[in-house]
Amino acid sequence: MKLFTFRGGVHPPERKELSKDREIVRAPLPSRVFVSMSNHTGAPAKPVVEVGQEVKTGQVIGEPTAFISAYVHSPVTGKVVEIKKMLHPVIGRPIDTVVIERTSDDDWELLPHGDFERFSKEELVDIVKKAGIVGLGGAMFPTHVKLSPPPEKRIDTLIINGAECEPYLTIDHRLMLERAEDIVHGISIMKKILDVEEVIVGIENNKIDAIENMKKVLRGIAKVYALRTKYPQGSEKQLIYAVTGRKVPSGGLPMDVGVVVQNVGTAVAIKEAVADGKPLVERGLTVTGEGVNEPKNLIVRIGSPVSWILEFCGGVKEETNRIILGGPMMGIAIRDVNTPIFKGTSGIVALLPEKPLVPKPCIRCSRCVEACPMNLQPYLLYLLALKKRYDDAVKEGLMDCIECGSCAFICPSKIEHVRYIKLAKNVYRALRGGKK
Amino acid sequence: MKLITANAPHIRSFDNVRSIMIDVLIALIPAVIGASIFFGWYALFLSILGMAVGELIDYIIMRWIRGKKDFMPDGSGAVTGVLLALNVSARLPVGIFLIGLIFALGVGKHVFGGLGQNIFNPALVGRVFLMISFPTYMTTWIVPGAGFFKSPWDVQTAATPLMILKEGGHMNITYWDLFIGKVGGSLGETSVLLLLIGFVYLLLRKRIKVMIPISYIGTVFVMTAIFYAINPKFGDPIFHILSGGLMLGALFMATDMVTSPITRKGQLIFGLGCGVLTVVIRLFGAYPEGVSLSILFMNSLVPIIDAVTKPRVFGEVKR
Repeated sequence: MKLFTFRGGVHPPERKELSKDREIVRAPLPSRVFVSMSNHTGAPAKPVVEVGQEVKTGQVIGEPTAFISAYVHSPVTGKVVEIKKMLHPVIGRPIDTVVIERTSDDDWELLPHGDFERFSKEELVDIVKKAGIVGLGGAMFPTHVKLSPPPEKRIDTLIINGAECEPYLTIDHRLMLERAEDIVHGISIMKKILDVEEVIVGIENNKIDAIENMKKVLRGIAKVYALRTKYPQGSEKQLIYAVTGRKVPSGGLPMDVGVVVQNVGTAVAIKEAVADGKPLVERGLTVTGEGVNEPKNLIVRIGSPVSWILEFCGGVKEETNRIILGGPMMGIAIRDVNTPIFKGTSGIVALLPEKPLVPKPCIRCSRCVEACPMNLQPYLLYLLALKKRYDDAVKEGLMDCIECGSCAFICPSKIEHVRYIKLAKNVYRALRGGKK
Repeated sequence: MKLITANAPHIRSFDNVRSIMIDVLIALIPAVIGASIFFGWYALFLSILGMAVGELIDYIIMRWIRGKKDFMPDGSGAVTGVLLALNVSARLPVGIFLIGLIFALGVGKHVFGGLGQNIFNPALVGRVFLMISFPTYMTTWIVPGAGFFKSPWDVQTAATPLMILKEGGHMNITYWDLFIGKVGGSLGETSVLLLLIGFVYLLLRKRIKVMIPISYIGTVFVMTAIFYAINPKFGDPIFHILSGGLMLGALFMATDMVTSPITRKGQLIFGLGCGVLTVVIRLFGAYPEGVSLSILFMNSLVPIIDAVTKPRVFGEVKR
């Protein structure tokens, strides 16, 4: 089998065996949800419900406030009990959050739906937008924006990201085994919207069964490319390079090289919106890690508290000291177990304590440079960030860093490159007055 | 359950500085055993002493002079100690050896800020310091194979192959002698075979900047081949790559992570520079051997090499 890949990267322990054979189960409906108005990249949505108001499942509770923003829907049928600012673990500051108490089983408010062939491209994009669909791989970029490139950008290739390169996570793997028909349906819709012929599904070759299954179900609608199992194979730019050989220019977007990338979970969400009229109110995620008693692949409503989801998975071991939203390489450690899940939460990983790592000086072993998929020099960016030489760091490609964590993973001196790089990026952006 | 603040990535590789240093020490074991066989117990003693005292000096400097109360031994001092031992004569008095080691770690490493900050390879700093300060002790070599228990001061002195070449003397040394190390020279430099075994270990453990020895030894081979073609008195290329400190230098000194370039391209240039300088010193300089000086000189150019061999960022537009 020909394997596609990129330069650099690392091989973290996969630990997918904890959950990869567990069939996806639907979690019960939560009694209370906390729905952030920032369930997407871009401007937070504006709440359009009031405290005390009754809401149906799928009813709009937040409206987009800018081009890059998204609709937010109620994930349950119930009553709005509070609208408050809650600390958003990704953004790091308080964001308006609508708290809804569930009062009954689902009473759906559906979008216009049906056979996608009946709809025009514009109508389909509008359904995707009205359904509040965002990139479910983790980035939460509004999908309708990706699906409506400006006319001067000619899109010729759609890539479906089934790499799932983050250790531990298995939900995309399970979706490709259990929901392959829905993924294909979603692909067909996107194919029509983007008017592309070439569709490539990229899957890491540690998921041979998923590769076989997708090939079988796709019936020529898309090609399946086996990708070398290497982190960060599922990173957008690295995936595009691996399957097309095209390099997204520094500071540019995939559409600049004629490509749109969508995650397999997003394809399922698009199918559910167009064919079934369901807005994005739930998602698949993997609950795993050595700290979880019963690892599971779940379908969960957005806004469900992490503590409640963990309870459904048999609780966590007492020694657990880190709970990660997302995968262990790029995910965010939460301090409060009552934090809700977001549209981009692909996993909840509970990790047990490890020996504390004491950073040593850099010994210039060059492994970070070899590992960096963006061809950066992480050791140098770290040193420049440490010395507050932000302009010099930018000259060395600071803003090109995709924060994949390969450098910090591989570093024998246990230097936290990504932490300092993120800090430097934030300071640089703040100093530049928010421009770029 | 108590959750802690942690930054991504939340999982890290098992490697650490100490495990790298331990692997380097393991890779040097064959050369140390070889030195004991060829030059006797004193060679083994110097190597072990170097390892222990090297680590101890590092510890003392860090804990008591630089006041780093949380410093834990990382093995880098031991590596410097063994490398310095392998770089001296089997007849070097202990006192002089220890002076060299203190200089190597004190001036070669900690003056610059310690591990990771030094510009020059500390062991080579120590060696060159001893060469200048105690030239007689540093260039008195003994005949190999006199027996393990024999005192090196009772063993007949010998010239190194490169000294014989320089003086235009008659050479009755075979390539095989050079390869297994049955020649005069410093403790660890004589046996190409044993050094290569250590090198293969580091290669398998992915602990070495492999481009450096390839380009260094390759350059020496090609250059000496050209000069040999011009005039056979310069010595043939196989002789040159098997003799002197080239293998020890190219495999274990030039590849010191701290003092060599970051990128593959930079490592290639670094090896090339070391090779050219070594050949020039060997064939035209005042000294018979030039590995140490070549590497030290190239060490000083590493910042410039790093700057000119900066990798092009993924997706960066050609300027």
